[in-house]
Amino acid sequence: MPRLSADARHTVRLEINGRAMEGEAEPRMLLTDFLRHKLGLTGTHVGCEHGVCGACTIQIDGAPARACLTLAVQADGASIRTVEGLAPEPGRLSVLQEAFRRHHALQCGFCTAGILMSLDWYLREQPDPSEAELREFLSGHICRCTGYVPIVAAALDAARRLREEQRSEP
Amino acid sequence: MKPAPFDYVRAGILAEAHDVLAAEGGDAAVLAGGQSLVPLLSMRMARPKVLLDIMHLAELGGIRIENDAIRVGARARQADLLAWSGLAKHQPLLAQAVPWIGHWQTRARGTVCGSVALADPSAELPLCLLALGGEVTLSSKQGQRRVKADDFFTGLMSTARSDDELIEAASFPCRRPGEGFAFREFARRHGDFAIVACAAVVTEKNVRLAIGGVADRPVVRDFDDPGDDALAAFAADLDARDDLHATADYRRDLVRRLGRITIDEAQACRA
Repeated sequence: MPRLSADARHTVRLEINGRAMEGEAEPRMLLTDFLRHKLGLTGTHVGCEHGVCGACTIQIDGAPARACLTLAVQADGASIRTVEGLAPEPGRLSVLQEAFRRHHALQCGFCTAGILMSLDWYLREQPDPSEAELREFLSGHICRCTGYVPIVAAALDAARRLREEQRSEP
Repeated sequence: MKPAPFDYVRAGILAEAHDVLAAEGGDAAVLAGGQSLVPLLSMRMARPKVLLDIMHLAELGGIRIENDAIRVGARARQADLLAWSGLAKHQPLLAQAVPWIGHWQTRARGTVCGSVALADPSAELPLCLLALGGEVTLSSKQGQRRVKADDFFTGLMSTARSDDELIEAASFPCRRPGEGFAFREFARRHGDFAIVACAAVVTEKNVRLAIGGVADRPVVRDFDDPGDDALAAFAADLDARDDLHATADYRRDLVRRLGRITIDEAQACRA
């Protein structure tokens, strides 16, 4: 049973977007700060830091989660996806990201990374959501710019395109 | 906003967890999903010396039927319970109530027993545990004991758990033939803390209404005849308080109105 002492830094190893990564963290370091300051992955944003706004949402072991409600040491050994892992290659956006651009589903962009990571998971779980289901799902995120209408439109559009993509695959 | 320093222990087996709690007592905090504890740490409302992570204890996983109850192990997440295939069949009240807890993104991490342990007066799971007459299994180096929900919730975010104990499981009784259930909640936005939450369990002879979000803990009352007067008397007896979100009077009014709707729904689904 390893006991990690409060006043030392400890090596945290995890898989991020398919790559093994590691960094040093005190037990009290939040995963948000670990991703941004230790690993340089600044795509994950820090908003309220108490789990309400949704800006820091990432995927931990295949499920959406608030990075600000997770300690870095808790995530040791976990598999994590962040917004940096969404685009299939440099210079190309994912279907969901492309839909956000097309529908102007972001203005300042602060909430966007979290919403993308939530929707990326949700559209795989529920490929054909109703608008009401999407709105309920998005209640876990706060956006102060868009009024949500273009976000919902982008999600519905992305869901449709992803279903078509699925069908046309041999 | 950063937590004060603490040691972190990831226990691999239950005996290790018991040792830490026996040695550290009230200076240790049990970490499960962390959806309530981590913000309390970040705001420094909780300043434990040691954080005991129980999410790697093989012994405490799983959701299963045991003694006519759904036994939810300490590691089971709220999303696990919602996704458990027997939920709507074995306990419709939980199937109705769990979607009200926070959001998808927090239910994916938050545990059922963690919510029971925190005993927030507006939380859904303590309310359901009380309404159904469930129980909590606690254990320490001294052994295991079971505590009825009635005796477990002792006040505002306080429970009968001793400092050296951890919750192994919460057991929610399965539906029995002839029972009807309903759950209703009012909050400003979905996922916010409930201003008032109502759970009703009705049988042929009895109507039980449990109320969360009003007093310092969930409160339950059984009625022979749940008429408007009886409901109003229950609302008046509740130790309601004013806060930023609602006045005590507003909460009592919600208990009368939402309580009525909840009871009627439970009776309709029993029939």
